[in-house]
Amino acid sequence: MNLHEYQGKEIFRAAGIAVPPGEVAKTADEAVAIAGRLGYPAVVKAQVLIGGRGKAGGVKVVKTPEDMAREAGRILGMDVRGHTVHKVLITPSADIDREYYAGVVLDRKTETPLLMVSPAGGIDIEEVAHSTPEKILRIHLDSRGLPDYKAREAARFLDARWDVQKQLARVLVRLARVYRDQDCSLAEINPLVVTKKGEVWALDAKVVIDDNALDRHPDLAELRDLGAEDPGEVEARERGLSYVRLDGTIGCVVNGAGLAMATMDLIQYHGGKPANFLDIGGSSNPDKVTAAMNILTRDSRVRAVLFNIFGGITRCDDVARGLLTALDRIGTKTPIVIRLTGTNEKEARDLLSARGMTALSDMDEAVRAVIARAAEAA
Amino acid sequence: MSILVGRGSKVLVQGITGRDGSFHAKQMKEYGTKVVAGVTPGKGGTDVAGIPVFDSVKEAVAKTRADVSVIYVPAALAQDAIYEAVDAEVPLVVCITEGLPARDMVEVASYLEGRSTRLIGPNCPGLITPGQCKVGIMPGFIHTPGRIGLVSRSGTLTYEVVYQLTRAGMGQSTCIGIGGDPIVGTRFVDTLALFEADDSTDAIVLIGEIGGTDEEDAAALIEKHVTKPVVAFIAGQTAPPGKRMGHAGAIVSGGAGTAQEKMARFERAGVPVAKVPSEIPGLIQAALRAKRPSRLKLVSKAAGTKKTATKARKASAGKKAGKAKATKGRKGRKTRAKTATRSSSSKRAGRR
Repeated sequence: MNLHEYQGKEIFRAAGIAVPPGEVAKTADEAVAIAGRLGYPAVVKAQVLIGGRGKAGGVKVVKTPEDMAREAGRILGMDVRGHTVHKVLITPSADIDREYYAGVVLDRKTETPLLMVSPAGGIDIEEVAHSTPEKILRIHLDSRGLPDYKAREAARFLDARWDVQKQLARVLVRLARVYRDQDCSLAEINPLVVTKKGEVWALDAKVVIDDNALDRHPDLAELRDLGAEDPGEVEARERGLSYVRLDGTIGCVVNGAGLAMATMDLIQYHGGKPANFLDIGGSSNPDKVTAAMNILTRDSRVRAVLFNIFGGITRCDDVARGLLTALDRIGTKTPIVIRLTGTNEKEARDLLSARGMTALSDMDEAVRAVIARAAEAA
Repeated sequence: MSILVGRGSKVLVQGITGRDGSFHAKQMKEYGTKVVAGVTPGKGGTDVAGIPVFDSVKEAVAKTRADVSVIYVPAALAQDAIYEAVDAEVPLVVCITEGLPARDMVEVASYLEGRSTRLIGPNCPGLITPGQCKVGIMPGFIHTPGRIGLVSRSGTLTYEVVYQLTRAGMGQSTCIGIGGDPIVGTRFVDTLALFEADDSTDAIVLIGEIGGTDEEDAAALIEKHVTKPVVAFIAGQTAPPGKRMGHAGAIVSGGAGTAQEKMARFERAGVPVAKVPSEIPGLIQAALRAKRPSRLKLVSKAAGTKKTATKARKASAGKKAGKAKATKGRKGRKTRAKTATRSSSSKRAGRR
């Protein structure tokens, strides 16, 4: 689960990491009122759950209330790579001397968290890793977390001044602790700045929480911003489905993540475009199939739907039942192609044929068929 | 006996009284697996379909000599279940459970360093040696005994490929789902070394997906140390970056871990990559044909003394697998791979 910058900063603040004061506004008037309290020059920053807001013009420094009203009004409602901005963060402009980078991620290779720091802050760390890899220091974290001496080593890599090093080391230790205690997949400060007065501030916060750990962090689970996510993805998650919206025309309902990905690939291979990734999971619950059909038929881009089910735990007849129920409830005209193989395949075919529907048993054949139906419907 | 599990494996089910645990305990038993015990704390003394239930893994192992444990407990309890099986020194632990927090697996991975248990999973379908032993949730009937080894990060996609192999008349030695999470107990490189050393495996199918660099590591290992033909398939060629595709491990970030990179890496290693799953059986057949002449000669010359030929092949395979292990980056993994190979080969020897 991605958190907004302002939410990440709240977590950092609670952990003792210095973040600049700031408040969230949903309207231009609110933005002006907040900036009036915090003072000018101020920064207005779009709060969206996707990167690239700076390039899209979603971050601006403003010097007067008039500018604030105009810029906040412009940013609120703007589109950043498909995400509409509903909130802006208002924060005083900092007197920046240096910009550094600090982030903790999971290193799959060593199976441990990895702290990365770089004196080249303010730009994408991937870019730094690509063009000037010598500017990144990597420290693997074991069960001790980040010991102070290693934090000091990292701080020395960033800045030559002892006064600044002390502050940086403290931030790094606390960042490593946040990563662990809050079950993060990513905890990143970019930029981590030193002001002209020599103070260290986390000027941005990018925090991603491990979805699998949300059950033990009810406080974090509440931070989920449903308004900022795709409505289909929100509904899918509530129904226990795994759904990712893509930009094609062929809706997919598949059991299992690997098969779902392979189905998308096969659609593309045969010249079609998948409209989504959708994994109904390993269960046999017909309600999930109904929910899946609901999401897909509401999507106006979807011209045809492919069911690709390999029954194992999932029983084909349950999927067939779910599909028939869904059709009764929503009565869609979208063409549907069904492929069923595996557990209770025969029962499923009987159920479908009683309603005048047939199912294929070969995946390639089914994909070619659904592409043809989508082309006819276009 | 193929790899890791076979006719003699004695299986214990952790979480046997739960909905999934009891269902699959019965399914495994019906398949012919020796399911000797179940564990659910507080339910000791009862039974599930005739399988005795114990309060602890330690007790179950002491009473039944189980040597494989399969875990079906909920995600919040899975880390503890793994610890319990490891501490009871069960040689092979298979964690089916999906949804373990990554932090729990960081801790498990560190705990496993230097210990004798091999972990498969979590978030995996388990493994099966067709006709002998099924440990997990895969539909048994699609498999058929044979000589193709299969390793995959997926569940149902594995079934799809197995189904296509079976329809093409190609049986399987062992099929392993290693799991779709960022951190899993057994990786591609570990299973490749096992298949390379296994007499009953002629060729290997590897099914990877986007995210991480395990496929790249596998390609590097194959290049240097695997003599058997390998065919690969990578799922997620059309996945958008930054989105989690169902599996927690299936996410492409910062341009690393894409299907295209993985496919290119395999091709550089001389491994044919299937563009679609239905190409896999044909590619395997072609790879085996290309390799067959020397082997046919070996078998026909030694028609009366087949054992010798097998032994020679085994010796050379063993040597190579040993080398493969030495190249692995991590100390703990090395130890684990070695131990598991040792325990499975000693088991094999014991049964002969």
